Amino acid sequence: MKKNLSHKEIMAIKRVKMPEQDAQDRSRNFKEVNLGLNKEQAIREAQRCLQCKSQPCVDGCPVRVRIPEFIEAVAEGDLPEAARILLADNTLPAVCGRVCPQEDQCEVLCVRGAKSGPVAIGYLERFVADWAMEHPEELTGGKPPQPSGKSVAVVGSGPAGLTMAGELAGMGHSVTIFEALHDTGGVLRYGIPEFRLPKRIVDLEVTRLQNLGVSIECNVIVGKTVTLEELSEEFDAVFIGNGAGLPVMLDLDGENLKGVYSANEYLTRVNLMGAWRNDVPTPIIHGRQVAVIGGGNTAMDAVRTARRLGAERAIILYRRSEAEMPARIEEIKHAKEEGIEFILLAAPLEILGDEQGWVTGLRCQKMELGEPDASGRRRPVPIPGTTFELEVDVVVNAIGTRANPLLTATAPNLKLSPKGNIETDNTGATNLPGVFAGGDIVRGGATVILAMGDGKNAAAAIDAYLKKND
Amino acid sequence: MFEVLQNDTLAPNVHRLVIRAPRIAKARKSGQFVIIHPEKGGERIPLTIADADPQAGTITLFVQAVGPSTLKIVGTPVGDSLQDIAGPLGKETEIERWGKVACVGGGVGTAVLYPLAKALADAGNEVTTIIGGRAKPFIILADALAEFSREVLITTEDGSLGKQGFVTNALQELIDDPELCPQAIFAVGPVPMMRAVCELTRPYGIKTIVSLNPIMIDGTGMCGGCRVKIDNETKFACVDGPEFDGHQVDFALLMDRLTMYREQEAKLVGELPPELQKKIIKVKK
Repeated sequence: MKKNLSHKEIMAIKRVKMPEQDAQDRSRNFKEVNLGLNKEQAIREAQRCLQCKSQPCVDGCPVRVRIPEFIEAVAEGDLPEAARILLADNTLPAVCGRVCPQEDQCEVLCVRGAKSGPVAIGYLERFVADWAMEHPEELTGGKPPQPSGKSVAVVGSGPAGLTMAGELAGMGHSVTIFEALHDTGGVLRYGIPEFRLPKRIVDLEVTRLQNLGVSIECNVIVGKTVTLEELSEEFDAVFIGNGAGLPVMLDLDGENLKGVYSANEYLTRVNLMGAWRNDVPTPIIHGRQVAVIGGGNTAMDAVRTARRLGAERAIILYRRSEAEMPARIEEIKHAKEEGIEFILLAAPLEILGDEQGWVTGLRCQKMELGEPDASGRRRPVPIPGTTFELEVDVVVNAIGTRANPLLTATAPNLKLSPKGNIETDNTGATNLPGVFAGGDIVRGGATVILAMGDGKNAAAAIDAYLKKND
Repeated sequence: MFEVLQNDTLAPNVHRLVIRAPRIAKARKSGQFVIIHPEKGGERIPLTIADADPQAGTITLFVQAVGPSTLKIVGTPVGDSLQDIAGPLGKETEIERWGKVACVGGGVGTAVLYPLAKALADAGNEVTTIIGGRAKPFIILADALAEFSREVLITTEDGSLGKQGFVTNALQELIDDPELCPQAIFAVGPVPMMRAVCELTRPYGIKTIVSLNPIMIDGTGMCGGCRVKIDNETKFACVDGPEFDGHQVDFALLMDRLTMYREQEAKLVGELPPELQKKIIKVKK
């Protein structure tokens, strides 16, 4: 197919547009926004890839997916081969194809980017991963690995832990994941909404790991139910990927009023505990006018959720300008299309309430950008005499999280950073022999794919450690 | 899955459940709690662990049915299982050898008091227990508490058992007796009761510990929903508590936040079959 195309013809193909649910409709339902490419669209898009020798896209991928190779297989219509290549490098491709910030990673390095837009690597990844899920029978063949006789405990079933587990199981090690919540997936389950990552996808990815022999025990809180020390005695190695646990509070008057949520609580009620469904008893306050404070992906997820729960006015309140927002461009775009209001260069000063203790408003301060701060972004500075009030009945704080001390408090010998994050070397090894860590508990709040990169990286280090200690 | 091995009714809609949970039984310390997710798609309910037997691999919980989820828990027959139980969570009680200690329990809070009183007695304290309730049927565990108490004083609002009045009346008498005045007080029960106990002891400067029960989801500090103000500082009851110095607790805020979902809960109760509805309303009244 592709062989028949001239360079000129390849260059003439326009970047595919992802079909998506109409913005008006989707702002009132929880069904997935992006609808995925069909086979013709995927093959056409794959044909845009120039198959560069230097493969800059691979350098941008934290798990080093062999991008040109899987795309070439798609271009040739050989989906089983594309799936084999993709799955060999990426344990959770259907997740990554949906939530990775490709625009900052693989796609930003694509040589086609400047002129006609980068190859839609993320869309193709999603297409191949979804195809693989629907056609498991066409993916058989790989021999199961020789059992190594070694066992590894993984703390947390989020992106780092799942990736780690998949990698190690593929190497023949016996893996047990311990999850504190009652369901798997960590942030993929409780944090990312259904409309961006359907839970069916998480279920399928988890089932695939279980079919590889990974066992998962929910309701085990490492640090409370069992200690790190006990795990170290029972298993040959331990990987800690328990995420970034405690919400950072705004530290404002009115923060404890009824109707004020941390993004973690708001999203957990909806995503993990089904508060958006009519047949589930989990309560949540359905605000008419909801303000979400923050500019990251979590803030976008929360505000778009509020809209879907029926908010007439759903507002992002962010203290810098749109250029500094950490959220993905696509999420910002989707949010705007869904009628989310952006109040930029404004910071909350006080949450206002009524006599019954319910939120009624937000007193805010207009800001301007000053000199760059430690993060390299221009620092927001208050403009004197420019406060204003917003009428709201729900406030969601999405300004970030800090390290959860539950595990580390019961592992006194584990070396931590001053902020309470676990310190590791570049292989993911902690100061304790046989104990490795990765994801948000090491990095602070980051992305799914960086956590997965850590999981993959540490899996190689654990494998080496287990072989050395044979 | 967590099998229910025993399920006894102690008072109207207050049940004692013995559940198989070997890991939790082994790790559990006094004052800690579990979170139960009784069935797929349900709420997560925090409940204090009343007792544990690490050898048998069991934990004991006292549960009062106040809504659809707790009703589901108490309604689980022996031999059936609860979907998810996570724990132990929270800090363990700081047990000191105070000397004379009063343990004050109200309603189902008496059940939470049970492991506390036991641990205090084990540590060599002389424990006086005061338990109160609306009427005789709501007084639970008096005999069990008597085993490690110097005396168990009972108060009921209608006078149907023990002295008529509130636990605070009995506590006042205890404090007024120079021979018996406690060095520390542990109070567990409805928020207004804990608040009244703290107001009573504040002028005497007697250390008063309370066990708080805010709305909670994950129990691991992740969601911040259980925040309470202690000495004007925001704390998460799940990881910083559940026990706090009662003289530092902002009870007004705690009571207010507990009403957050009252309307939605009432609606859910209204959707239950009539015979179950009656059960809940009878207790709540």
